[in-house]
Amino acid sequence: MKPAGFTYHRPATVDDAVAVLAEVNPAGKVLAGGQSLVPLLSMRLAAPEHLVDINRLSSLAYVRVGDDGGSVTVGALARHADVERDAAAYAVLPLLRDTLRHVAHPTIRNRGTTVGSIAHADPSGEMTAVLALLEGTVTLRSTGGERTVAARDFFTGPMSTCADAGELVTSVTFPVPEGRTGAVWTEVARRHGDYAVCGTGVVVTLDDDLRVAGARAAYISVAPEPVVIDLTEAVAGEMVDDADWPAAGRLAAGRLDPGDDIHATAAYRSHLAEVLTTRALREAAGRASVAA
Amino acid sequence: MSEAMFEVTLLVNGVPRSATVPARRLLSDFLRHDLELTGTHVGCEHGVCGACTVLVDGRPIRSCLQFAVTVDGAEVTTVEGCTRPDGELGHVQQAFRDCHGLQCGFCTPGFVTTITAYLEENPTPTQEQAREAIAGNLCRCTGYQNIVASVLRAAELRAEETQR
Amino acid sequence: MTTAAFGEPIARLEDPRLLTGQGRFLDDIGHQALAAAFVRSPHAHARIVDIDVSAAVDVEGLVAVYTHEDLDGRVGEPLPLLIPHAALTHGRTAYALAKDEVNHVGEPIVMVVATDRYVAEDVCDRIVVTYDFLPPVVGIEAARSAELLVHDDVPGNVSAHLVQSRGDVEAALAGAPHVLELDLDIERSASTPLEGKGVHARWDADDASLRVYTSTQASTSVRAALAARLELPLDRVEVIAPDVGGGFGVKIVHPWPEEVVVPWAAIRLGREVKWTEDRREHFVGATHERGQLQHVEVGFDDDGRLLGLDVTVWHDNGAYTPYGIIVPIVTTTQLLGPYKPEAYRAEFFSLYTNTVTVTPYRGAGRPQGCFAMERTMDAVAAYLGLDRTVVRERNFIRPDEMPYDHGLIFQDGRPLIYDSGDYPATLEKLKKLVGWDEFEAFRAEARAAGRRVGIGIACYVEGTGVGPYEGGWVKVETDGTVVAATGLTTQGQGHKTAFAQVVASELGVPVERVQVTTGDTRRFGYAVGTFASRAAVMSGNALASAARKVRDKALRIAGEALEADPRDLEIVDGVVRVVGSPPSAPGSSIPLATVAVLANPLRYAFDREAERATQFGGPVDYSKPPVAEGDSPGLEDTGYYSPPRSTFANGMHAAIVETDPDTAEITILRYCVVHDCGRLINPRIVEGQIHGGVAQGVGGALYERMVYDDAGQLLNASFMDFLMPYATEVPVVETDHLETPSPLNPLGIKGAGEAGVIPGSAVLASAISDAEGFAITRMPISPSDLFSLRLAQESR
Repeated sequence: MKPAGFTYHRPATVDDAVAVLAEVNPAGKVLAGGQSLVPLLSMRLAAPEHLVDINRLSSLAYVRVGDDGGSVTVGALARHADVERDAAAYAVLPLLRDTLRHVAHPTIRNRGTTVGSIAHADPSGEMTAVLALLEGTVTLRSTGGERTVAARDFFTGPMSTCADAGELVTSVTFPVPEGRTGAVWTEVARRHGDYAVCGTGVVVTLDDDLRVAGARAAYISVAPEPVVIDLTEAVAGEMVDDADWPAAGRLAAGRLDPGDDIHATAAYRSHLAEVLTTRALREAAGRASVAA
Repeated sequence: MSEAMFEVTLLVNGVPRSATVPARRLLSDFLRHDLELTGTHVGCEHGVCGACTVLVDGRPIRSCLQFAVTVDGAEVTTVEGCTRPDGELGHVQQAFRDCHGLQCGFCTPGFVTTITAYLEENPTPTQEQAREAIAGNLCRCTGYQNIVASVLRAAELRAEETQR
Repeated sequence: MTTAAFGEPIARLEDPRLLTGQGRFLDDIGHQALAAAFVRSPHAHARIVDIDVSAAVDVEGLVAVYTHEDLDGRVGEPLPLLIPHAALTHGRTAYALAKDEVNHVGEPIVMVVATDRYVAEDVCDRIVVTYDFLPPVVGIEAARSAELLVHDDVPGNVSAHLVQSRGDVEAALAGAPHVLELDLDIERSASTPLEGKGVHARWDADDASLRVYTSTQASTSVRAALAARLELPLDRVEVIAPDVGGGFGVKIVHPWPEEVVVPWAAIRLGREVKWTEDRREHFVGATHERGQLQHVEVGFDDDGRLLGLDVTVWHDNGAYTPYGIIVPIVTTTQLLGPYKPEAYRAEFFSLYTNTVTVTPYRGAGRPQGCFAMERTMDAVAAYLGLDRTVVRERNFIRPDEMPYDHGLIFQDGRPLIYDSGDYPATLEKLKKLVGWDEFEAFRAEARAAGRRVGIGIACYVEGTGVGPYEGGWVKVETDGTVVAATGLTTQGQGHKTAFAQVVASELGVPVERVQVTTGDTRRFGYAVGTFASRAAVMSGNALASAARKVRDKALRIAGEALEADPRDLEIVDGVVRVVGSPPSAPGSSIPLATVAVLANPLRYAFDREAERATQFGGPVDYSKPPVAEGDSPGLEDTGYYSPPRSTFANGMHAAIVETDPDTAEITILRYCVVHDCGRLINPRIVEGQIHGGVAQGVGGALYERMVYDDAGQLLNASFMDFLMPYATEVPVVETDHLETPSPLNPLGIKGAGEAGVIPGSAVLASAISDAEGFAITRMPISPSDLFSLRLAQESR
């Protein structure tokens, strides 16, 4: 289990990085934290000709809360642990830390990057679903310039995104949900720290009368890409304690079509989606009702 | 065609160490075979078992998931560096001995480095926190009972040391 | 300095090295060695049509490529069948490198030697093997149906068929008031030590000798096997097990293909060669265990007493049978546990499949046997509406029935006779520890809170300390250090501490002064190996015997020096003294170190100690030769222990689980163990063995399985998907002990290594069944499995 050889590039600036990516396009692959990529290389399931190591791009090692507190932007070299520990980000968007605690183990989070996990687009990757749930955006740079893509357009399938091999994902932005909201992440994994058998992140929004105004959920491990489902119709206009949260859970499960694998049947995943959605919505609604 | 070589220098356990290696040399192999610091063990080479955990700039990471060239210039602490300055067992190592926290000893270096860093952040863990602190490392021998005890014992020893 | 020895929970002597990174595991040795890597079959069943290496030959750093055609002499023959048995009528073993046909994914076909492992793998990538595909046989049902064959010349895929019985089971079942039938299924798992296998070989052409380091449980036998295969005199081969990163059974198999061809290549190339197994190779290139289907027919009376027990086992032995049929023999004999059915019959079929070979993994067939028996006990209790512990107790062998002869033949070829044990006392302790009688109150409380909980129990008896023998050597050095060696190997069991405790106690020296070497054929050549919970029993008693001889000699020599009767002498803290004399009384004591000097008369005074032993060093009795007739120089001796038969440890586990009514997640709330392995050398080490065993039992019950698809691909050959438990998956283990000494050996000890794992699946199946209200018959069980079972129950 040793990686095949590759040509190694270690750019010092973002401009250099995108220049190299352009030069070797489409044979280049970006190396950030390496927590997903290196195992693939060591197993020789991937053998890119060129590896562009962005670990010197310190300008991308940031977690920034937008001026109005309305969003959190994470640079491509911010480790999961940096995002998890960022007090300002936690203050405006606790969902990030809450969810990151489910991403593998702390040692992996010390090195793995949030942007990298999103660019990797593993359908089991928690942060892909959080980005989709919050209707976030992805910023990409290439020698041709910069573009920003909505999460729903970014993810195109399992391990697949709209990013070109010549592009570098420089940051992602997680908008903070507006209004009186509560957000919760929950998942069931075989072992603590494993990829989830099913996981869901939800946002519930209440109106000024504390009635449910909106409910939506995003899922991992039950669809080829992070799928977001609007569940408002099942619970709209109800008080938190009266809302038929199980109905929302059933609605969600009905819209999902998970597959079997060695850890769980499709039926079980579907069942989990229903149960976890119900639990998470109820909890998120509770949080929203005590939110300022 | 021969592979391009890179000179990599790390500050390992306080000592500058260099070797010239291809870019694909994993940090674990670099430490073990190029620097001959074989205390760091390799149990899976896909980042799950944690035996290869070392501290890079103070943070525990999987050395099998990094290329040595990526961390060129970094400070690295391995299990060999977790002893006291006089070479005696450091507090985490001593705790493992006190609590029978190891059997075959193969996974142990990864636990020692992980716990060393963890106690810097949380010097007084509860039993539950102690269990979570080691939850990213696999051990096939001990059933973890005595490793959890070792975390708590190490915290005690560390506190005694810092009080002195 | 402490003299704490036998029976004391002292800290381990081996720890400081291991804790500071100074251990030497296989891959820590030989940085300059060439690296080997293997091209392994990606197919489960195929004929090899062609091996094309042309694309690989120009890789810089390539040293050699070998296929079966290159293997000369006996190296090219099939690997040995280590444990033949009359019932194993169709034993088959692999070649070191596949010849013509491959029978499982992972079988080695080509060996590459290169300057480092990276390059060796580059070469492997470029070698093209062309195959003719053959349909694979995957799973026990496919093997049993025998529509397809693994080996053309093995009809029915049956390697072995064995029936053992006592009494007339048919009559017993026919006459029983109640009869139940159970169909049970237990899946594959594997030892999975954190360190894989590995071999390092160094050929000394000048000395015509071979030194091999290998991560093995049986270095003496590897040595003999290599000498035979490589056609070298035995005394030109030395084999050393360095620090070994766990074994759990898998490393008892030998010689592995790599263990043969790496030394062979080292000789051929005249260079050091090393192979370090990587994790992926270990999953497909080592061995697995556990997979069985079982059918049980049990007849019992109104009280739940077993009148007849008829068990049939279909055992998946994988592609080959290098380790014979030990596992199914153990299953069908150890199944009986602490019980005494009036009539018993066990039949097994050992079946070939196109999957990784099956050899013992900690427990070695016992977990499956325990599962069959304990599921049966629960079924009887449920049928009669009796408490599960009551039914068990009624079937126990009573202490006054010991020794108890089951009338069967055990895995060591000797009678299955239990030597000692107090099963009712063990059960009493367990019930108290877990709070068996208070559980219903807890269940009611939990139920009221919407929670679902259950309690389970499982009992086992484990034959330990199997023969044929082990030996030990003990020597007192002239500086007072005691060195000892035994041939069997160590993989983390703390043997260097436990054996030092035995030697220190027998010899009367501080334990820190005893240095023990294991698994090094240079130090001790006669040995069997470490398996079947035998090391403490076998080498412990052998070293005790050697130490006693050394002690006798020391007392004799000291007696001469002190002009005292040896019977009036004792050894305390490394000093021989007249019994009861104060430590500093002149002329009444002599340090053991000095006795060691006196024991070896010398001509040359190479150091200060030697000076005292030279021929002109002191007063001499000219009427005697310097070394008496029949005596030998040096304060050292060798002892052996060979038991008449195995000694039987026992234990009982109880678990309380909670199952989530919605998500079907299974949580172990409590896990209690009561264990009896006779006298304890070091309670702390025994406790650690139990902890580790329990974790593997929990893994095997709730997490670990080897998942093959129909094509024979192992779908979870990584730690990502083969779910070994982390700390968060293992419950707190509560333990209590009984010490019923074994009458079979002088130290009164029984083995402890495997015990913890044996009842894992049985006890958790019992607890989950209790929580859910229906019987669990297939293990391991995942939340997804439990969910499916619930659906099936609802639709009934």
